[in-house]
Amino acid sequence: MSPGLRWRKFVSGFMLTMTGVCAAVAVSVLFFILGYLVYHGGTSISWNFFTKLPAPVGEAGGGMANAIVGSAKLLLLASLIGVPIGFFGAIYLAEFSGGTVAFIVRYAADLLNGVPSIVIGIFAYSLVVLPFKHFSTLAGGCALGLMMIPITLRSTEEFLRAVPGTLREGAMALGASKWKTIGTVIVPAAYRGILTAVLLAFARVAGETAPLLFTAFGNRFWSPGWNQPTASLPVMIFTYAIAPYEDWHRQAWAAGLVLLGLILVINIVARAILSRGIAVPRS
Amino acid sequence: MPAALSMRMTISKVNFFYGSKQTLFDISMGIATNKVTALIGPSGCGKSTLLRTFNRMHETVRNTRLEGEILLDGQNIFAQDVTALRRRIGMVFQRPNPFPKSIFDNVAYGLRINGSKLPIAEAVEKSLRHAALWDEVKDHLHKSAYELSGGQQQRLCIARALAVEPEVLLLDEPCSALDPISTAKIEELLVQLKDLCTITIVTHNMQQAARVSDFTAFLLIGQLIEFSPTPQLFTTPADPRTEAYITGRFG
Repeated sequence: MSPGLRWRKFVSGFMLTMTGVCAAVAVSVLFFILGYLVYHGGTSISWNFFTKLPAPVGEAGGGMANAIVGSAKLLLLASLIGVPIGFFGAIYLAEFSGGTVAFIVRYAADLLNGVPSIVIGIFAYSLVVLPFKHFSTLAGGCALGLMMIPITLRSTEEFLRAVPGTLREGAMALGASKWKTIGTVIVPAAYRGILTAVLLAFARVAGETAPLLFTAFGNRFWSPGWNQPTASLPVMIFTYAIAPYEDWHRQAWAAGLVLLGLILVINIVARAILSRGIAVPRS
Repeated sequence: MPAALSMRMTISKVNFFYGSKQTLFDISMGIATNKVTALIGPSGCGKSTLLRTFNRMHETVRNTRLEGEILLDGQNIFAQDVTALRRRIGMVFQRPNPFPKSIFDNVAYGLRINGSKLPIAEAVEKSLRHAALWDEVKDHLHKSAYELSGGQQQRLCIARALAVEPEVLLLDEPCSALDPISTAKIEELLVQLKDLCTITIVTHNMQQAARVSDFTAFLLIGQLIEFSPTPQLFTTPADPRTEAYITGRFG
C-alpha cells in the first residue's frame, strides 16, 4: 500500500469515527437525562406527589398537586391565546397574503420565535402584571401564549402550503367560495399536520420557566381563579432545586420526571398522529 | 357552422393578459348546446387558458386581466356571482384531484356546500351512474377516494362535477395522466354525457378530438385559427396552418 493511500484510509476511518461519535453523543444526551431523571425522580415520586400540597419547610413529605394544576391552567390559557392566533394567522399567510405582507409577517414571526423567553416574561409582566398589580395565572398564560403564536403560525402555514393547489381549484370550480374551500378542503386535508404543530408548540412551552418567574410567580397553596399567583412545575423545579433542603431536591427530581414524561408523551402522540392514516398525495 | 344550433356560450373578442404578456388574441367563438366542442393546439397555444376563462378560474391566478365578453345563456358571466356561475359550469382538471374524503363525500361535496335540498344519497348514486363508476364503487362508497385507480379517480371527479347538475362541463386535458383503457372509458362517457350537458374539452391529442367532439377549434399562439365541425376540420381544413398541425408537421 502506498503511503498516500494509507493516509487517505486513515483520514477516512478517523472522520467516520468522529461523525459516529458525535451522533452517539447527540442521542446519548437524551438517554442520559432520561436515565438520570428516572433514577433520582423515580425513587422520590409517590402518590402524595400528585395529591398533596407542598409541605412546610422542615417537614418531610408533601407533594406538588397545586403546581400540576397550575401548569395545566397556564397551558390551557396559553393554548387559548396561542392556537387561534397562530392558526388564523397561518390561514391568512398561506391563503390570502402574497409578496411583501407575507414576508413581513413571516419574518416577524421568526424573530418573535427567537426572542429570549425571559424577555417575553418581562413583556407580559409590564402588560398584565403591572396593570393588575399582582402576579397571576392570567399573566403567566399570556406569556406562554405569546410564545406559542410563532411556533403554531409557522408550522401550520407550512402544512397548509403543502396541500396541493389542485385541491383548491377542484373546490373552487364546484362553486365553493374561498372561505368554504379553506374550511371544507384545505384545513381538513392539513388537519393532522396542524394538530401536530399545535401539540409540539404546547410541549415546547410546557417546560418554560423564565417567562413564568415574574408573571405566574409561584404559590405554595392552591390558586383559585385566574387572578392570583400560581405554582407551576417548571418554577417549582427551579425553586426546589436551589433550596438547601435534601427533601426538596428529591421533590424537584420528581417534578422534573413528571414534566419530561408529559412532554415526551405529547411528542410521541404528535408523531403518531402525523404518521397515521392517509396522506394527501403530492403531485 | 349551422345557424340553427343554439349556443350555450358565446365568446366574443376575448383578450387575455398575464401581467403585460398577452396570451389570447381576439378570440370569438360559440359553444353549441349539448354538443362536444374540442380545443386543440400545440403546448402553450392558450387552449387551457381559454377554457379557464369560461368559468372564471383565471381569476384565481394573480396578475391576470381579461378583456372581452363571455355569455352563458345570453348573460354576461362577469356580471354574475362567481360561485353561482361555477355551479353552472363544472370543471374537470388535468390530473385527478379528488378531495381527501370518502368516495361518497367527494360526490356530495358540491351539493353540500351549495346547500342543495336534493336527497344527497340519491344524487350521489345518480352522478356516479352518469360517470359510469357506480358499479365499481357501490360497495365501498365510504372508502377513501385515494384507493381508486387514476382512471376511476378521474371519473369520480367527473361525477363530482355532475352532481351539481351543471349546464356546461369543462374538461382540461382530462386523460393526459391516464392509461389508454381509462382514456377510452372517459371518451365513451363524454359522448353519453352530451345529452346531459354541454361539453368543452381541451386536448393535445388530435385523435381524441376527432373521436369525441362535434366541433373543433384550433388555436395557435393565442389565436383562434380555425373553428368548424370536427369532420370538416380534420378532412378539409380551410387554413394551411391547421392542415400542417393535423398532419403532424409541427406541435
